[in-house]
Amino acid sequence: MGFDQYHEPPEELPEQTRTFARLCASLTEEAEAIGWYEQRLAVERDPEAVAVMSDAVGEEYKHFSMDLEFLLRRTPKWREIAQGVLFREGDIVEHGEAAEAGADDNGEPGSSDAPGAGSKASGGVPGGGSLGIGSLRGEGL
Amino acid sequence: MSHLLREHAPITAEGWKLIDEEARERLTPGLAARRLVDFSGPHGWEYSATNLGRVENANVSALKGLEANRRVVLPLIELRSRFQVSRAELRAGDRGAEDVDFDELDVAAQRIVEAENTAVFHSWPKAGVEGIATSSPHPPIVRKKSFEDYPGCVARAVELLLRNGIAGPYGIALGGEDYTSVVETAEHGGYPLLEHLREIVKGPLVWAPGVKGAIVLSMRGGDFAFDCGQDLSVGYESHDAESVSLYIEESYSFRVLTPEAAVAIVAPKGR
Repeated sequence: MGFDQYHEPPEELPEQTRTFARLCASLTEEAEAIGWYEQRLAVERDPEAVAVMSDAVGEEYKHFSMDLEFLLRRTPKWREIAQGVLFREGDIVEHGEAAEAGADDNGEPGSSDAPGAGSKASGGVPGGGSLGIGSLRGEGL
Repeated sequence: MSHLLREHAPITAEGWKLIDEEARERLTPGLAARRLVDFSGPHGWEYSATNLGRVENANVSALKGLEANRRVVLPLIELRSRFQVSRAELRAGDRGAEDVDFDELDVAAQRIVEAENTAVFHSWPKAGVEGIATSSPHPPIVRKKSFEDYPGCVARAVELLLRNGIAGPYGIALGGEDYTSVVETAEHGGYPLLEHLREIVKGPLVWAPGVKGAIVLSMRGGDFAFDCGQDLSVGYESHDAESVSLYIEESYSFRVLTPEAAVAIVAPKGR
């Protein structure tokens, strides 16, 4: 069945966490597709086929970016770390370590503020401060 | 450092966790607008205005051949609801107490929930927010005092929306009295009113503190836009030996893009 994105029983998960898991699964699929296109383009010799696949991989870049932005908007700590890493010149690993340390300084080491899991279990992120409520669309009686 | 200045508060990580959990629990149930309208963001504290794509003439010079237009934007509102927490209670929380007194936080949360709902559903003229019910060109549907005709009122509202080309699914924002009556009322034959309404609208029925009566609205998307800058957050203001002054804060704008996409249901006058 196509419910493999859930690591825990779906009926026990809040709606926000299920949405979050779906987008994580989508992000993974888009990354896989980008990797596949990269390989296909590396071996393809027909220029027309290359043009078609180059166009297609552009779609995957877009989808991946949209998925990522959605997840970052819903996850302040992840966003904070990403801001320290993405679109910066220099050593990626150094930026990553610094961004992670900065985020940990603002909360408990290892604490997650992801929606769903985070919305119930987190909160110890003094520097972040957002309660991560966001959209509740469709929730009601 | 965030403008919320949480690092400066004499509050432990565990204390912040308790405060944030309490705030989230108190805020989430009543945030009706976020359940029914399009939500964009959060875009962050620095985000100041919603782009409307429009301009107004700003010709201030008599120079020939020069045209100047000024962009028209919708500024965000900043809402801040203050509260205090006793430092003795925070210390109790650090020791593992499970009944930490957050009464003022609860009041502050309710205040901001009602303010958000009131602005979105009924307008907030001084803040420049035109609300859903106020914008609707449809005359409100007046229910009976007893609520016995409530399904009929909702069905009429849906039919009115359909007649105006507004597709579903639909949702209902229920003010306090309407919510209580809908939840506790059974129609003739014992069928719960709640179930009947759900079948009519095909969308969520939402408790909306601060709303007067009820508002039936389309949830097809593209009709109502909540643009969030800073999402609901808890920040630090000051402290003394006895207590810590904190606040709940958010920034947002709201626009009605299709005024025809909602109908209000109101109580009869002279009650």
